[in-house]
Amino acid sequence: MSRLEVKALTHVYSQGTPFEKTAVQDLDLTVESGGTVALIGHTGSGKSTLISHLNALLKPTSGTVLLDGEDIFASKAAIRSARFRVGVVFQYPEYQLFEQTVFADIAYGPKNLKLDSTEVDRRVRQAAAAVGLEESLFDQSPLELSGGQKRRTAIAGVLAMEPEFLVLDEPTAGLDPAGREELLEELFRWQAQRGAAILLVTHDMSIANRCQRLLVMAEGRLIMDGTPRAVFAQSEKLLSVGLDLPGAAHIAQLLRQAGLALPPSLYTVEELADAILSLRGKEGAPC
Amino acid sequence: MDPVIRIENISYAYPDAERPALDGVSLDILPGTFTAVLGSNGSGKSTLAKHLNAILTPAAGRVLVDGLDTADEQNLLPIRRRVGMVFQNPDNQIVANVVEDDVAFAPENLGVEPGEIRRRVDNALRQVGMYDFRLHAPHLLSGGQKQRVAIAGVLAMDPAVLVLDEPTAMLDPRGRREVVAAVEQLCRERGITVVLITHHMDEAVRADRIVVMDRGRIALEGAPRDIFSQGQALRALGLDVPDTAALIARLNAAGLDIDPGALTPEACAAAIKEALG
Repeated sequence: MSRLEVKALTHVYSQGTPFEKTAVQDLDLTVESGGTVALIGHTGSGKSTLISHLNALLKPTSGTVLLDGEDIFASKAAIRSARFRVGVVFQYPEYQLFEQTVFADIAYGPKNLKLDSTEVDRRVRQAAAAVGLEESLFDQSPLELSGGQKRRTAIAGVLAMEPEFLVLDEPTAGLDPAGREELLEELFRWQAQRGAAILLVTHDMSIANRCQRLLVMAEGRLIMDGTPRAVFAQSEKLLSVGLDLPGAAHIAQLLRQAGLALPPSLYTVEELADAILSLRGKEGAPC
Repeated sequence: MDPVIRIENISYAYPDAERPALDGVSLDILPGTFTAVLGSNGSGKSTLAKHLNAILTPAAGRVLVDGLDTADEQNLLPIRRRVGMVFQNPDNQIVANVVEDDVAFAPENLGVEPGEIRRRVDNALRQVGMYDFRLHAPHLLSGGQKQRVAIAGVLAMDPAVLVLDEPTAMLDPRGRREVVAAVEQLCRERGITVVLITHHMDEAVRADRIVVMDRGRIALEGAPRDIFSQGQALRALGLDVPDTAALIARLNAAGLDIDPGALTPEACAAAIKEALG
């Protein structure tokens, strides 16, 4: 099992200037392969700065990142290794497609790994299949694809690196509900098959509540870390840092404020409906 | 009441496309109303939006804005003054280095006299809650703030209709709330006609009317209470229902009697409380 550890990470932008800003402050975090983790926090909370350290795109001001106990910033070779083992897909990655064909774009990473062409070919096909891209698209220019297909091509390019840790920043932004669902299922399936870890940065609470673990950042710090159930039970704290509750949790909170005796950790529609209906029984209210 | 925008059986196809993006769409937009347009990616909703102020003109059928045909080039300027557009990416819509200069850009181009520009810019910024930021640099604002500046820029043209094409797609929850609240307020308090294209069902519940697009046609149309009680039909179109609607459906199936129109979280909670007695 691989292990990615963030140790006392601090990142200060424009240090020593009037624009100095501490984006991440003294943050500790351990993620092990095999898990699904969601990271939420409003704009400016430090999420992007944090994930840019996970594959050594940003260097910490202090603290470090360890991959299986090794400092990823220790040497050029360590940085290179981290780039291969930790795949990061940034927001709207389709703007970064640049090759002539879909195949070449997905193959770019594996080719950089100096793999032989049979292996590159295998990886491209496997990655494309994982995100539901048809091989008939391989010879097309990425620019001719639909928005959803472009997004998938960009993600496949990172999957083809076969990372042990896959970090995605808002992978479903701008997709319709069905497209969102499809892509999520593809990603979770890929994660389960490979035994990799997935870290999803998201604003969408309905995505966050499908991960095993939920992290909440505010003002550069990790302020909550637990199961979605445990985190969503602290609705006041989430709202106070500018975040949304999942729809059902929000209604539950309003009902509690209105005096209904609902249990504290409801966040799916089914649970909330059951809890409301059982209340009806107890209070003998008319139907 | 006469519609402010009348869409008569329009069709449109992009060059080299396999099928038309719009295929026989008719719709009246009444003044002062809030219409939400939903649909999966590729359903034609953005293409429809671009027909509302003559960015695109129909291959067949016609679009009338206050009776002016969008296909007639002579009508272009009066139509653009009446119908303002806000797009998805706030960073692509801001042109100036100071918020108030950005908002003044359109009326300056229209040749509005300086005193009137000042009045319009201040008004527009107040209407979206950004007056205190009038001397700030736009690039240092949050996404929701930038989007509200973009809306103010459109308001400064004094339009009758505000068309927003997925204005919250790139925003965080706080930014989304800010923008949706500003838009709703412009409609309810200023009487501006709003057409909001969105993927977020919880934004659409605030509209008077919902239009659901599918493969270039209007698949469903009606009040939010009527649209969101058709969960299966919506899911078949690649859409979903807000949690409020799903909860009400479940509770009513179990014998409660909750108003299916109580679709904002606040209205839904109040209706449940009442139903429980």
